[in-house]
Amino acid sequence: MTDLPAQETSPTFLGMPSFQHAAEAALADTQQRRNLAHATATIRAKRAAAVGEVDGWEDLRLAGAAAKDEALHHLPHYLEQLEAALTARGATVHWARDADEANQVVVDLARAKATDEVVKVKSMATQEIELNEALEAAGIAAWETDLAELIVQLGEDRPSHILVPAIHRNRAEIREIFARRMGAVGRAAPDDLTDEPARLAEAARLHLREKFLRARVAVTGANFAVAETGTLVVVESEGNGRMCLTLPETLITVVGIEKVLPTFADLSTMLQLLPRSSTGERMNPYTSMWTGVTPGDGPQEVHVVLLDNGRSRVLADEAGREALRCIRCSACLNVCPVYERTGGHAYGSVYPGPIGAVLNPLLRGTSSEVDRSLPYASSLCGACFEACPVRIDIPSLLVRLRTQVVDEASGRSAEAASMKAAAWVFGDHRRLEAAQRAATLGGRLLGDRTIRSLPGLGAWTQARDVPTPPTETFRQWWARTHGDDEGDLDDARGQPVVEEQDLGGAGPHTRQEGS
Amino acid sequence: MSSREEILARLRLATGDVTSRPGERGPVPVSAATAGAAQDTLELFVKTVTDYRASVGRCTPEQVGAEVAAALVRARAHTVLVPPGLETSWVARARDAGLRLRADEAEDGGPLTAHELDGIDAVVTGARVAVATTGTIVLDHAPDQGRRALTLVPDQHVCVVRADQVVHDVPDAVALLDPARPLTWVSGPSATSDIELDRVEGVHGPRTLDVIVVC
Ligand code: SF4
Repeated sequence: MTDLPAQETSPTFLGMPSFQHAAEAALADTQQRRNLAHATATIRAKRAAAVGEVDGWEDLRLAGAAAKDEALHHLPHYLEQLEAALTARGATVHWARDADEANQVVVDLARAKATDEVVKVKSMATQEIELNEALEAAGIAAWETDLAELIVQLGEDRPSHILVPAIHRNRAEIREIFARRMGAVGRAAPDDLTDEPARLAEAARLHLREKFLRARVAVTGANFAVAETGTLVVVESEGNGRMCLTLPETLITVVGIEKVLPTFADLSTMLQLLPRSSTGERMNPYTSMWTGVTPGDGPQEVHVVLLDNGRSRVLADEAGREALRCIRCSACLNVCPVYERTGGHAYGSVYPGPIGAVLNPLLRGTSSEVDRSLPYASSLCGACFEACPVRIDIPSLLVRLRTQVVDEASGRSAEAASMKAAAWVFGDHRRLEAAQRAATLGGRLLGDRTIRSLPGLGAWTQARDVPTPPTETFRQWWARTHGDDEGDLDDARGQPVVEEQDLGGAGPHTRQEGS
Repeated sequence: MSSREEILARLRLATGDVTSRPGERGPVPVSAATAGAAQDTLELFVKTVTDYRASVGRCTPEQVGAEVAAALVRARAHTVLVPPGLETSWVARARDAGLRLRADEAEDGGPLTAHELDGIDAVVTGARVAVATTGTIVLDHAPDQGRRALTLVPDQHVCVVRADQVVHDVPDAVALLDPARPLTWVSGPSATSDIELDRVEGVHGPRTLDVIVVC
């Protein structure tokens, strides 16, 4: 490892308890678990159907991984090419080493336009740097315009899923939030608002429209940035992205440096992989592409902020760098048995689920309790790798990170010693499977919610409650039930997106009748 | 050191182990569904667009005006935006039916403001290319489609696609597009599933999408 600076663990998450402790509370929240189970099962089924339609899916995955690797292996080259292409087309490029620098750029640009508000497209990069908080501190209101992000923002809540950030909220809760909070920040919800999704969406449409029509500055992320042409791409479904990209005078796009694609032709691969993996749609309702400034059409002042914030550190880790291929489709979240039960908040980051469990410790280092615990937030079942459109080997990365966490711990405490044993067990899939089989047997005999020891883990489990393992391992369960998993098409209207947006509007096309 | 130089220096250091040169992965591997006969591609397009709950009509070149007028009347549109380069015969019947046609031109001769666009019910456009496997139309905002805001703010979008503009798969479309133009890929009407994954059409973009295929 080089001594490249890590990203700071955000103040919001610094005090986070370990994943295991945060998950305890989440597991007790039956409403959330019910919402999550329904949502992930629905999206899983849709994704399986959409992927099943494509004959050469494995070739596409290989092409997707190859495009991202090409960009990552030669990142300085492609970033310079991107900068030159953007500048030639009238955009202004800014570079930001960390969150503070990126936030300062955006605050300064907004101030220069003498505005006290900006409209925002859902963007994980701007959540990562906590841009909204920075803008607020500067006296500038940042309005989230994705419906789910609006629910989260009005509810003074945190997103719990990459694609459907308000997946943990049901319609009654959303109605209550809209009725209580909309009036305080703009057009109030109608008095007779019901909890029907169509009525709730209509209230959001009216509330946000007045903000879109008057907005002068918009902030967005990007799903892809094409080095060859300088083209930026936003994938979404509601049209809030198009509103922000089109109506204001000034557009500021915050792009993680790993979002670069070498060529325009690479988009043909990514636009096949992303929607199908993400919302299970053949294509998301809207994708916007823009290259600098177009005279007479859209914002006439275009800024791009290229954000490092720990990414160079991940890139320096030869084994870990493949995590930067991630296109934030969220497929790995939806197939993860741990995520399905704990939800996104327990991960203590804007990047939850399996990819969060590897990306956060890589980006931020393992000095905080939550980052040290994340590599253990997995059953290592392998479903995330199978689902990942760019073939990130998340289970192997988790095992490696576990070893790293253990190595970093001193040998003084009993826990540290047993962690070494844990690493030994987790470090090899045969040992892990043997331990799982033994634990399964133990669970069957125990018939109790809690077990006190796991073969090979020794004293470690004495310090924590470990839920009784089910009577079969996840691998066994998957093998047995995978075929049935697509039976839930009745509710297959799921919609989720993508890093920077809401691939939000899941289409119904997996259902033949298209009702 | 500037941020730019420092980031690039970090990245060079981070990729010090890489021995290949940029572009050495060879030609960009493109993977696409293979097209059958043109007729199959067209049938597939109609099916995938319908799956999105967009309405699809098919007609001859002579019937376009009638189809457009029928779609506008169906959605109860009163005012209709007409991009500067649109084939005038496509909206002639709508005018005859009493609908009010608007150009993208305000009183002062400039383009319509966002608020003015908000008061218009529908827009009629052409397209650049359409994709059969995904039911997508791609706009490149040439004069027959208007600038981006025109197909965004009004509540209905009627899009006329010529049969020879329908390609089979996504890579076929990408190969035809000019990255220097703004591009909008549209697959069905605006939609959300953010509330308990229940699909609702029309959040911010047009709630009604009518695609008319001319063959
Ligand atoms: S790591 Fe997860 S979110 Fe990222 S591309 Fe793979 S499946 Fe999608």
